Amino acid sequence: MHPAPSVIFFSTFSGLGFGLLFWLGLGIPGVTGFSAFAFFTIAYLLAVGGLISSTFHLGHPERALKAFTQWRSSWLSREGWCAVLALVILAVYGIGLVFFDSRWTVLGLIGALFALGTVFTTSMIYAQLKTVPRWNMPLTPANFLSLSIAGGALLAGQVTWAIGLLIVSGIIQAATWVMGDKAFGNSGSDLASATQLGHIGTPRAFEPPHTGTNYLLREFVHVIGRKHAQKLRLIAISLMAVLPVVLLLLPFNHLLAVVAVLAHVAGVLAARWLFFAEAEHVVGLYYGKR
Amino acid sequence: MTTLPQQTDKKLGLVIDLDTCVGCHACVISCKGWNTENYGAPLSDQDPYGADPSGTFLNRVHSYEIQPAEGHAQLIHFPKSCLHCEDAPCVTVCPTGASYKRVEDGIVLVNESDCIGCGLCAWACPYGAREMDQEEKVMKKCTLCVDRIYNENLPEVDRVPSCVRTCPAGARHFGDLGDPDSTVSQLVAERGGVDLMPEQGTKPVNKYLPPRPKDALPEFDVLAPFLEPVAQEPKGFLGWLDKTLEKL
Repeated sequence: MHPAPSVIFFSTFSGLGFGLLFWLGLGIPGVTGFSAFAFFTIAYLLAVGGLISSTFHLGHPERALKAFTQWRSSWLSREGWCAVLALVILAVYGIGLVFFDSRWTVLGLIGALFALGTVFTTSMIYAQLKTVPRWNMPLTPANFLSLSIAGGALLAGQVTWAIGLLIVSGIIQAATWVMGDKAFGNSGSDLASATQLGHIGTPRAFEPPHTGTNYLLREFVHVIGRKHAQKLRLIAISLMAVLPVVLLLLPFNHLLAVVAVLAHVAGVLAARWLFFAEAEHVVGLYYGKR
Repeated sequence: MTTLPQQTDKKLGLVIDLDTCVGCHACVISCKGWNTENYGAPLSDQDPYGADPSGTFLNRVHSYEIQPAEGHAQLIHFPKSCLHCEDAPCVTVCPTGASYKRVEDGIVLVNESDCIGCGLCAWACPYGAREMDQEEKVMKKCTLCVDRIYNENLPEVDRVPSCVRTCPAGARHFGDLGDPDSTVSQLVAERGGVDLMPEQGTKPVNKYLPPRPKDALPEFDVLAPFLEPVAQEPKGFLGWLDKTLEKL
């Protein structure tokens, strides 16, 4: 799959933002007044910034409001609803914390639920696709959710939680890669099933339908960068989980915490890039490519 | 509404005969010709006369080489367009309701004025049947020539999809695959028509007719009885001559 920067930035930063909003909604850390304002500003910049960047890959962003209509069937539509509900509910909750020094606990819990719901629905947009076997597994939402909650804990300054959750998210990330590597082979889709000509012999793509490229090949058959996949995986998991955990285990220091956050973000960006670049769409079979 | 209909009154679709298709790409051209100037946005081309041409097509013809365990390889031309699936994954993923399956005839269409160009429907399609137009930024797909098949301004013979009308080999058939008595359904039953990528669970309406086995000539020669082999070992004078010449 083509790793579109807008979608990589969106899923990374809004994942972090909604992760932080989840913790704030739970009342962890129990901030009010100006420090609550600072925490909520960071969370909203990340979450809303990510959402805005996701509209850059739309052909007609001016019609984006129509995407709220199909929540009954479409994960993308549900994601829109969860995001708006989380942002609105937690804004009201945040106003209570910042200006009235009062915690409306139930509102915060509901907001936290929708914040997690946003990350879950985002991940289901990918996990629902049978056409991309690497994504079509329960580990995809587990991967997105664990990274979001761990990143949120890191931003919320919850050192103990962050250490545990970063380790968990690192393990889930590694499992996602290991299982993902087998997914296409286990999907049962190959050129024989695509053409239904396997009963005659071994099919081979002989001549493509066109001499140039097309939308399908640009969007779904992205092979650049896969040869460095193993190295990138090591870099991604080191930055995303290993380095932040080591830094958090050292005696607490604000500078080290900032480095831990930056390393985590860089690691998640690298992992998200791989998430797209390594994913193979079954339509590539028709072109004799993956 | 992007929830799929429980069932459709008809299941209009195509039956493509892989035994008959000669790979001329006439269906590709006639499809582009009809659809670029009728239903919806035109099918744009980018850099059509330059070094890196590309463009939007609703129908494309692949060619595959099939190598049997024994004997010669076989070349099969393979036209591919939207299969108008019963469980169309492209419809349910659409966030705006632009993508829908018609209850009356099962045709899967895009309402282009509702399409936000997110591309998710093309991601959900295993067959590569949907292409985002790079000029209009909306999703384009086969309409089964919905603007021809019911068009009473056209002579009756033309009220079939453009690709079917143009195919010089008669490899493309159009009809109601939900009616077991229709000619297309009978053709599918007779020739063992198949679904592409059945493991994807899309239940395609369009069917593909696999190539029939090639004729194999038996080891047979009408002149054989008259051409009994001559003596393998020369005898008499020729035998003597053979041996003598060998010794020289």
